[in-house]
Amino acid sequence: MDLTQLTAHELSDLLARRETSAVELVKAFSDRIDQVEENVKAFNILTRDKALEQAAKLDDKLARGEKPGPLEGIPMALKDNMCTKGVPTTCSSKILKSFVPPYNATVVERLAQAGSIMLGKLNLDEFAMGSSTENSAFAKTRNPWDLERVPGGSSGGAVASVSADEVVFALGSDTGGSIRQPAAFCGVVGLKPTYGYVSRFGLIAFASSLDQIGTLTKDVTDCALVMNVIAGHDPKDSTSAPVDKPDFTKSLINDIKGMRIGIPREYFGVGIDPEVDKVIRQAIAKLEELGAVVEECSLPHTEYAMPTYYLIAPAECSSNLARYDGVRYGYRAPESGDVVGMFKKSRAEGFGPEVKRRIMLGTYALSSGYYDAYYLKALKVRTLIKQDFDQAFEKFDLLLSPTAPTPAFKFGEKSANPLAMYLSDICTVPANLAGIPAISVPCGFADGLPVGLHLMGKAFDEGTLLRVAYTFEQNTDYHKVKPSLGVK
Amino acid sequence: MLGDFEVVAGVEVHAELATKTKIFCGCTTEFGGEQNTHVCPVCLGLPGVLPVLNRQVVEYAIKTGLALNSEIAEFSKFDRKNYYYPDLPKNYQTSQYDLPICLGGYVEIEVDGVKKRIGITRVHMEEDAGKLVHSGATISTSDVSFVDYNRTGVPLLEIVSEPDLRSVDETVAYLEKLVQILDYIEVSDCRMEQGSVRFDVNVSLRPKGSDKFGIRTETKNLNSFSSVRRCMEYEIERQAEILSEGGQVIQETRTWDEGKGITLSLRSKEEAHDYRYFPEPDLVPMVIERKWVERVRESMPELPDSRRQRLLGLGLSAYDAGVITSSRDLAEFFDQALAKFKDAKTLANWVMGDFLGLLKAKGLLVQSSPVKPEGLAELLTLVENGTISGKIAKTVIGEMFETGKGAAEIVKEKGLVQISDTSALAGIIDEVVNSNPQSVADFKAGKERAIGFLVGQVMKETKGQANPGLVNKLLKEKLETM
Ligand SMILES: [Zn+2]
Repeated sequence: MDLTQLTAHELSDLLARRETSAVELVKAFSDRIDQVEENVKAFNILTRDKALEQAAKLDDKLARGEKPGPLEGIPMALKDNMCTKGVPTTCSSKILKSFVPPYNATVVERLAQAGSIMLGKLNLDEFAMGSSTENSAFAKTRNPWDLERVPGGSSGGAVASVSADEVVFALGSDTGGSIRQPAAFCGVVGLKPTYGYVSRFGLIAFASSLDQIGTLTKDVTDCALVMNVIAGHDPKDSTSAPVDKPDFTKSLINDIKGMRIGIPREYFGVGIDPEVDKVIRQAIAKLEELGAVVEECSLPHTEYAMPTYYLIAPAECSSNLARYDGVRYGYRAPESGDVVGMFKKSRAEGFGPEVKRRIMLGTYALSSGYYDAYYLKALKVRTLIKQDFDQAFEKFDLLLSPTAPTPAFKFGEKSANPLAMYLSDICTVPANLAGIPAISVPCGFADGLPVGLHLMGKAFDEGTLLRVAYTFEQNTDYHKVKPSLGVK
Repeated sequence: MLGDFEVVAGVEVHAELATKTKIFCGCTTEFGGEQNTHVCPVCLGLPGVLPVLNRQVVEYAIKTGLALNSEIAEFSKFDRKNYYYPDLPKNYQTSQYDLPICLGGYVEIEVDGVKKRIGITRVHMEEDAGKLVHSGATISTSDVSFVDYNRTGVPLLEIVSEPDLRSVDETVAYLEKLVQILDYIEVSDCRMEQGSVRFDVNVSLRPKGSDKFGIRTETKNLNSFSSVRRCMEYEIERQAEILSEGGQVIQETRTWDEGKGITLSLRSKEEAHDYRYFPEPDLVPMVIERKWVERVRESMPELPDSRRQRLLGLGLSAYDAGVITSSRDLAEFFDQALAKFKDAKTLANWVMGDFLGLLKAKGLLVQSSPVKPEGLAELLTLVENGTISGKIAKTVIGEMFETGKGAAEIVKEKGLVQISDTSALAGIIDEVVNSNPQSVADFKAGKERAIGFLVGQVMKETKGQANPGLVNKLLKEKLETM
């Protein structure tokens, strides 16, 4: 039995039965990392020594007869934009290469309390800006299904590490699709929860009103287990919703009879790969077969989602990233003269081109004389997009689309054309603008590459998403297929 | 100098709020402290941190709005004001832009007996920045600059006036009144020497009779009334000179050089920052419940104007009422003493005279006075009921300041009880009358004033302990029988 291929709930059972130990798990995953990381390049930093220490302590506890919690002893890793006390947190940016936070993000605290064991920090597009992880200042993470292709982004490292069995699960962040699009590209389950369900405290901000931490897991059950740990109100985050968190595993019900699923036709427009379209249609047929009531519908403002997103996200980013100036921490350019020179040179040398592009876009959109025409108008359109969803959810329990219009693309294929790159998030961005939850689950293959099924639900109704995703998963085997870690 | 011009001025006041903790984190707001010790990841703007609004800040803003007759917004939000400066850890200041917490309002001032209402445009909440220490004179001429972030995130209120001020005197009167109100409602320490209240003054001139505004300059960061006065006087003269020579004032931000007593150009309108305000996405908008506003309204202390009116009603002079209500601490002291000693005029004389005199001589503040309101009331009661004379009381209050002891205790210890015993005084009076025949003769000859000398002699013999009224009465009786 290869331990690294198992899910958290399977490993937890083994731990509870003392058929494996936490140390054995850390060692197994450590070996797996040694074996595949050279090809995958998912990690920015490994924390194996700490992990072993933590595992040994846990084993002492288990030896005393204590039962492990659901995620206790489970090896995982975090996208490198979540602050970890004493462990470098870089956002895959030169400007934060030397930054070691003196505090933990709330999700890090919660996972630590649950006893999960962190193996390291995972690569991303610099400051989570990108859809291929090619914008990392450090490395290009590769898609385990085809090493010549991107893993998607921006949570590319997180997704690839789960897909390649280097960890059991990972946390990513999703501002416009950064969990779901790579999850689709690498064949794992990726949930972006409702905005405000998971605390953003300690998540290094890209666009505050859109950013949301979520889960990357090997199946839907693990997704529910991780949500049980990380979701819930946090007084340190004023935008965190003051709602009671349910037991998400209660939604793992293999039955969707009568569930009303809307298929927004705008998500199947120009640019969708015919193979992807075919796979999604088959998935729809499967859900109907399982008892769902499926009907086409319309979200009329969908075409404005991308321009709206590319005004709001860069505007917030231009302000959020202003603090990286070389004064207090991070990169400071040498020999830069006066204070303004230091700001300019540190930022010019510290940020990569995509981050600079978005800072410029955002600064422009907020400038006097342009604010009303761009930023303010974008806020108004955002409201219209929300209303589209509100109306659709009067009729449907959830909405379904492809997660991405194409499967994983090759390195360099889109990096020269930012607009083409941006369009790979066309199906995922609206959920961020509306603040609603959405999940991507493996639903088949197009030319041998994974395709993701995208389900969008009502705010704080992760339960319905999990139920439909779980039922689909229980009646298909796509999530069990493992990548070859070769070249196609 | 001013010639045919009229002054038009408006002021932005920044007041640090007297909350225990900062506006968005739990750090102390205490002034001073080792550099960068009153800080945490949140106020240092480290990556990934989020602000959590201190509710007390909102309550103080509501209180201020009510004191300034403003409308308290039902819906208000924070915005980011974006600009780069090393004392601003996030390179944006969390402030309020288009939906401030308080709108409108006024402050009533009185200059040369004329009352006038100065309009308030708005009051909003924001965070203070840190402090820069340069090795040279300015940031651009220094080899090294240091930043102290202790002050970063201390809550500020910005109070913006309408351009209703028409003279330097009106401006200073407005500011004094505003600071007095902030002090009364206890939302700010108003320690100007610590920079807890700062003023930005907008000044322009226009031909008398014109209703159009002239081009204005804004001078930033003045931190005393006298600086405001000197700065405005300078700026008025500067602008008047330009205008009377047919020139044009440049719209710009200026800075005040306290040493040289001049204003200097900081940046022109063209160089003005584009702050790129937008709604703060890390904080949720505030819905300010009316119940809350009413609760604050009910807890409001008496404000300076109504307090002054009340004191005038008790028979105090306008001057005395003005001095006593000038600070909340003194007014509180007066009221607490008045609760135990009902003669307001006598109390006012003592507070204004001996009490403030001794405080000043000792360099003490009202709240640190060794003589408490009850102590002063006790002393004055001893005078009122004839236990000691007013003259002795002056010695006793000095002793009270020195030793911190109570009036009755000192009187008893030192045997200062007034001699009101007729028989005890009769002998002394006989003696004084016998040894001063000339004065007796003068009195008999109709010189009423001669009795004053005789009273003085009796007081001298009794070391001031005789009841002067009684001595007067007994002397007269004695002389009339002679
Ligand atoms: Zn702090």
